[in-house]
Amino acid sequence: MGAEVALLRRGRTDLGAVVTFTGLVRDLAGDNPISAMELEHYPGMTEKSLEAIEAEAQRRWPLQASLIIHRHGRLAPGDQIVLVATASPHRAAAFESAEFLMDYLKSRAPFWKKEETGRGDSWVDARETDEDALSRWR
Amino acid sequence: MDVLYFAWVRERVGKPREVVATEAKTVADLVDELIAREERYAVAFEDMSTIRVALDQELAELSAPLTGVREVAFFPPMTGG
Repeated sequence: MGAEVALLRRGRTDLGAVVTFTGLVRDLAGDNPISAMELEHYPGMTEKSLEAIEAEAQRRWPLQASLIIHRHGRLAPGDQIVLVATASPHRAAAFESAEFLMDYLKSRAPFWKKEETGRGDSWVDARETDEDALSRWR
Repeated sequence: MDVLYFAWVRERVGKPREVVATEAKTVADLVDELIAREERYAVAFEDMSTIRVALDQELAELSAPLTGVREVAFFPPMTGG
């Protein structure tokens, strides 16, 4: 994560604020310990949707730089799932746009999580709160 | 056209993709055709409120026309981030 942010900042002295968000694999699903998480995605549509989400953030806020990295495949508890970074002259735009990007990634980018527990594997259900989170950006 | 399935839709249908010859006018018509074809589609499409659709990799409604579409994908609500 540090390396990615350093790359984003390299050679630039015009940035006023950089906000980063890192999503991690938790070791519990409810009360069940998780041994691993499998992240499925839709190759092709994934890249398109990440580009569209990032372009929308760039359109809404005066961003000087932005970055989205989303992993897929098999991950272990403690692993990083997603990194979002936004840079702007002032912090409000950087904070808001990072939150916007995460809200959209949650329910508009084609990723699906499956948790492996001692009681078997199960797909993570989308939450209504994720959909609610989107409504404030409309 | 190519029809793709992801996550538990893929598991219920039993394959990640297939080529479907169809005259279906809309996504909903295509779903009806598939359901009529085999039980596993009926299981996968049992509750359409839990199914999301993409046409040529753009999210679309069930009522969307299939004219000119090359790739249809069915999947559960997304859980990224």
